[in-house]
Amino acid sequence: MEKIGLFIEFKDGGIKPAVFGMITGARGEGGDLSALVVNRDPADCEKELGEYGVDRIIGITAAGGGWHPDLWADALVQAMAAFGIQTLLGVTSPQGRDILPRVAAQLDAPLLMDCLEVDLETHVARTTRYSGKTVAAVRLTGTQRIYGVRANAVPAAPSPSEPSVETFTPAETELPDLTVLETTPGRGDAVDLAEADVILSGGRGMKNGENFKILFDCARTMNAAVGSSRVAVDEGWVPYAMQVGQTGTKVNPKVYIACGISGSIQHFAGMKSSDIIIAINADPNAAIISKSDYYAVMDLFEVVPRLTKRLEEDRR
Amino acid sequence: MKIYVCVKHVPDSAATITIKDQNRIDENITFLLNPYDEHAVTEAARLQKELPGVEVIAVCLAKPAAENTLRSAMAMGADRSILITTDQDPDSLITARAVKAAIEGDGRPSLILGGKESIDAEGMQTLFRLARLFSMPVATNVVQITVEDAHAVVECEKEAGARDVLKLGLPCVLGAGRGLNTPRYPTLPDIMKARKKEIRQIPLESLHFEKPAGAMEILELTPSVDTREPKELTGDPDAVADQLVRILRDEAKVV
Repeated sequence: MEKIGLFIEFKDGGIKPAVFGMITGARGEGGDLSALVVNRDPADCEKELGEYGVDRIIGITAAGGGWHPDLWADALVQAMAAFGIQTLLGVTSPQGRDILPRVAAQLDAPLLMDCLEVDLETHVARTTRYSGKTVAAVRLTGTQRIYGVRANAVPAAPSPSEPSVETFTPAETELPDLTVLETTPGRGDAVDLAEADVILSGGRGMKNGENFKILFDCARTMNAAVGSSRVAVDEGWVPYAMQVGQTGTKVNPKVYIACGISGSIQHFAGMKSSDIIIAINADPNAAIISKSDYYAVMDLFEVVPRLTKRLEEDRR
Repeated sequence: MKIYVCVKHVPDSAATITIKDQNRIDENITFLLNPYDEHAVTEAARLQKELPGVEVIAVCLAKPAAENTLRSAMAMGADRSILITTDQDPDSLITARAVKAAIEGDGRPSLILGGKESIDAEGMQTLFRLARLFSMPVATNVVQITVEDAHAVVECEKEAGARDVLKLGLPCVLGAGRGLNTPRYPTLPDIMKARKKEIRQIPLESLHFEKPAGAMEILELTPSVDTREPKELTGDPDAVADQLVRILRDEAKVV
């Protein structure tokens, strides 16, 4: 049975929700799943990981104790060798984008990022190419392979198991000259754009940065994230981290609500895989309308506050 | 001091993509300098102004048509270019090896820059492989670079609000993020000057490197089809808000 390693990511002390979808996707083929947990007590996540069906939790102690991309990547490579793991999966998150390519480079193994689907038997995975305009089936050849799975690509489904817990301490190796001087965690209250179930995004129609407050107010009522189009970032209304699109974050929430966004090809490339797209735009000719599931030709400043009010009433 | 900037010749994101031969695209469309690489070239040009004796060299592995992309990179600040030519579409394992061989044949890099990813393949890995082959430290999604004597201090953007500040010994490899700078678009004199700058062509076959054991092979490309049928939400703003709540609650089950 092929041994599959799963890089487990944490946020705010807990396992990142997107990890459970990744485990669910990997479980299908009946492979032997090892959850790789770096610099955390593996016993702490036994219950949660067991719920999704991993066979083994390997607690890896990387030198230094804290975050260090090269030490972590090297620790993963050594753990893979020690446990006979040929395939590694991680989430295509900011941390995944930093660590999975390091592992692939060190192993000189193929890596496919942002996978929508991974077939662990045939080593063929699907991902988008050319700004979301095509889907590519890509075969990874060689003795080892790494996949970065797109967050929310597979919905998480529990399948309880009783994982064994093991620990691993990598040998000291010589690494490139890189020191982590400072690491600032993300804002705990902010919902991650890439992993949110609902995203409210604002574009040129927002008119200024202050007006984004109405999106944040609405987002708070349903634990949604707030995104933006490139225009809003270029105008300096919101930070780049909020940009959805070709050169921003690629998202696939259950619901994407585009407020005052015209819907350029580049914006569409970052959110086209959303389950439901809702467009609110005063311009009946906005491109986003023809690419939506639902649309309202209306002033967003009329609709969004009313939606917020309704959702608040529902919560009470 | 030599700064090498790795650039990619990519289809314009607004171009219509037509699939041919099952796993390739019709390349008779507009290609341009990968947008993330524009940030890398701009940063190299900035460092050239700041530090003494810097030469900026753009390196590209592509079909001969990529000459235009290199002219753009040179109009934005690169002093000269190396174009490794091939009629294939090599994966990142081959690309990193070829770029390393070409750089080694040219000079000693103090810094290697590139965009953090390309907008066509979005592989996000070539710079990491290049760094490994050179045994250099590497950082990605870099939004600030300060070069000091023997090292670079960089800020890397992670998720919303999260940042790493890293210190890397020189030479190192840095992947430019969009927050790094605002690319300065070339003026007509810049474009004219770039026409006279050197592009050295090296056929891929003439570079010597060990073939990788693994590979990424594109078996098939299929167009993403969009089957949405837009339905209008009508009525006054209150009615629209009610319908939105219904969609969120009953259809998407997210509230």
